[in-house]
Amino acid sequence: MSEIALPKVDRVTVSKKDIIVSSLKNFTSKENVLSELDEIKPYETDALAAYKNLPLAVVLPKNTEEVSEILKYCHQENIKVIPRGAGTGLSGGALPLNDAIILGLGKFNKILDIDFDNKCVVTQPGVTNLSITHAVKHKGYYYAPDPSSQLACSIGGNVAENSGGVHSLKYGTTTNNILGVEMVMMDGTICKLGGKTLDQEGYDLLGLICGSEGLLGVITEVTVKILKNPQTVKAALIGFPTIEDGGNCVTDIISNGIVPAGMEIMDKALIDATEKFVHAGYPMDAEVLMIVELDGTKSEVDELFKQIKDIAEKNKSNSFKLSKSEKERLGFWSGRKAAFPACGAMAPDYYCMDGTIPRGKLSVILKEISRLSKKYNLGVANGFHAGDGNLHPLILFDGSDKEQLRRTEEFGAEILKACVRMGGALSGEHGIGIEKRELMCEAFNDIDIQQQLNIKKCLDEKNLLNPGKVYPILRKCAEEGRVHVHRGEEKFPDLPRF
Amino acid sequence: MFTEEKKNSQIFQDSNHLLPKSEIEVSNIIKEAYKNKFPIDIHGANTKKFIGYNVQAAKSLDLSSINGIIEYLPEELYIKVKPGTLMEDVEGALEKNNQELSFEPTDFGYINNGISNKGTVGGCVACNFAGSRRFKSGSVRDFVLGFRGVNGKGDIIKSGGTVVKNVTGYDLSKLVSGSFGTLVALTEITLKISAKKPSQNTIVIYENDPKVISDLFQKVLSSSNEISGAVFIPDEPQNKKFDLNKSKAFKFNDLDQEGSFFALRVEGDKNSIKERIKDISNELDLKKFKTSNLDPHQSPLFWKSVNSLQLFSETKNNLLRAVVPPANCEKVMNNIKNKFKYFIDWSGSLFWIEVAGKDDDKLKEIKKMILQNNGYLTIIKKSEDFDFSEKIFTIDDTKLMISKKIKESFDPKGIFNPGKMYKDF
Repeated sequence: MSEIALPKVDRVTVSKKDIIVSSLKNFTSKENVLSELDEIKPYETDALAAYKNLPLAVVLPKNTEEVSEILKYCHQENIKVIPRGAGTGLSGGALPLNDAIILGLGKFNKILDIDFDNKCVVTQPGVTNLSITHAVKHKGYYYAPDPSSQLACSIGGNVAENSGGVHSLKYGTTTNNILGVEMVMMDGTICKLGGKTLDQEGYDLLGLICGSEGLLGVITEVTVKILKNPQTVKAALIGFPTIEDGGNCVTDIISNGIVPAGMEIMDKALIDATEKFVHAGYPMDAEVLMIVELDGTKSEVDELFKQIKDIAEKNKSNSFKLSKSEKERLGFWSGRKAAFPACGAMAPDYYCMDGTIPRGKLSVILKEISRLSKKYNLGVANGFHAGDGNLHPLILFDGSDKEQLRRTEEFGAEILKACVRMGGALSGEHGIGIEKRELMCEAFNDIDIQQQLNIKKCLDEKNLLNPGKVYPILRKCAEEGRVHVHRGEEKFPDLPRF
Repeated sequence: MFTEEKKNSQIFQDSNHLLPKSEIEVSNIIKEAYKNKFPIDIHGANTKKFIGYNVQAAKSLDLSSINGIIEYLPEELYIKVKPGTLMEDVEGALEKNNQELSFEPTDFGYINNGISNKGTVGGCVACNFAGSRRFKSGSVRDFVLGFRGVNGKGDIIKSGGTVVKNVTGYDLSKLVSGSFGTLVALTEITLKISAKKPSQNTIVIYENDPKVISDLFQKVLSSSNEISGAVFIPDEPQNKKFDLNKSKAFKFNDLDQEGSFFALRVEGDKNSIKERIKDISNELDLKKFKTSNLDPHQSPLFWKSVNSLQLFSETKNNLLRAVVPPANCEKVMNNIKNKFKYFIDWSGSLFWIEVAGKDDDKLKEIKKMILQNNGYLTIIKKSEDFDFSEKIFTIDDTKLMISKKIKESFDPKGIFNPGKMYKDF
């Protein structure tokens, strides 16, 4: 794997490790401070497992006051702090530094208040995304953002990365679905942003914190909105003979005023890979497969599917299959959700990219990826959250071949640069972390980045909180790693990634 | 070079009213203001100028000449405009493609001078006031995908883009929304747009009891029928001006003007509306009430009246905007009923309350009560007797401290709308 530049290690801090560890034990129970190699080893990486680095120590506070005391101490002593949720992030946002402590929020694992009257749940940040829905589903409610790793990813991490999911077009991402947070700033100050009201007055600090990748504060409590389950949910599988036809159909559905709850596109390589893997019953004669999901009243869903069928036929669809039961609907999704492991079975390694493009540019970017695939002589399979323009190409390669690895990294960076050129973004939902840090200059100039760094300085004057992430260190558009998976040895291999 | 540009540009003529026509001109003006540390009052159409403290600035930076739609891609669901573009022009363009801004921008024209005026897109984003669909669809800030603007040093900055999923650096679009022109002079805004539902109906329920009203709001929020508006318009206490406004604003064939009423909006195609109304009738047990139905012709006009605050048309009193968690609706209602003219929007969360100019103590009492109910309150319009020692925006000390630092990071010399939101900066 390529070397990645990290902030210079402060040898003085490293030399004081024993003092720091014993001081940290004053702020929380002794057993919550980990410093032996076997204890801290599990924290050396997050789900971007290609990068590993040992922290100085790991501290697992139990409550907000402990977080505040720990941060205040680190602030005074100039010790770097890396906040960490469940460690499922795909962009290396929780990668440790040798002179930093990991502040793990794993003990913040309780739901504090289920408030059906105010349609919200107050939870600690270590609670998983899916357990919020589990806690309210008996009354017919759910929490809308559904990142594919929702079984394991924590809600605090979702706030840090502004996580989305397949339903973002209709229901928005995390930022549109939270009402408030409690946050501890690097100097130990505890603040509440928002609460149980819609919007907040003054500057939207909640909106600023959401998606800030752990650089501005440590989230210790989150209040999320919950929604009532839709009355009817159905999905359709639609096959197309060419990429252009599938892409045009996406555009036409949106142009006709239909807002699907989810709309996914898979290319031939991904259809073949997933069909072999899970036998979801996908049409094998399709070059492009679309999964469309609609929710609403029964008559509305049926009417809109009629319209979608017409639109698909106008775009030369060669198959159309509407789910007749909940089981069948979930079956449609099973192939798509198995996309990552299916690619793992096709080649020794794959890189997962994450970029966004305007929906209408789908066939253009897929052609470009196909051209690059030939140029670099590497296979690629494409999954696309067509509803919200989020593209996940999976580049297949053999990591034991250094030359292939180099080509893969160049290929990946070229895809992301093309996304930005087409009016899209470097990351739809995985965040920048360390992974795409040096590509930030593709999207922003120095002045834009300086403004962002000035904001960082407001909340963390000494740059101690998660330094070296998001903003370029090298200020060159380097070719860095994507999600690198070797022989299926993905971190959290059992989590669906799509 | 700058001096040369200055000579050639009308924007620097002696007037204190600066009217740039491009982003670069805005940047040049602000660079000059930064260098000479002169404060500027940034504004668009001035339709919401009365909100906040009066800005102490000799020069005004008028962005209304930087206008026009830059790019509108209906199929990509976004529109990119210059800040001075009128809201009605944007809504007109969207209407042609059966699209809309689903946050329903509040029209402050009526309370200002009795005439509709939604102002500019820049002003709408700067103030972040969303209408009746807020509890279902989101606020203005949820629809700002990206922007370009000029910070307090004259630097042109950008954030976000045109796509809904974007985790690329801090989300400054959120920060800029609702910052009342104190952080950035906006020069370009990209808004997410939505498909307009084919039709709509409004069910009116004639009821006055706070407990019943609060219960109806709760049932609306618990419904899976995607209800997109729920308001309560009370009748008491009697007030000639308010009653006159009410009779003008809500004059519909199928609406009985006598007494208080609750109204909810259902949108969709005609069949799904029928299906939803049937379902809602059960959920809300509508047979218990006297009700009426506003058809697809009357319904949009009804919500236009609500979202243009016509009940308080040309008010000379203080007008307060309070937001509370919806479960506290009944408590707040019991506190203010029969004492003040008010109405409730956002299915029990948003209260618009009118307080007479001389009633300073009452204003303080209401503010205290709203804070006790875990809400916040903004004094939107001030009476002539307004006591300026009263805080216009509610904020706690920690957030004030953070906000002050954020302000400095954008505008280090404090030249943008000084004192507009808070007295210190």
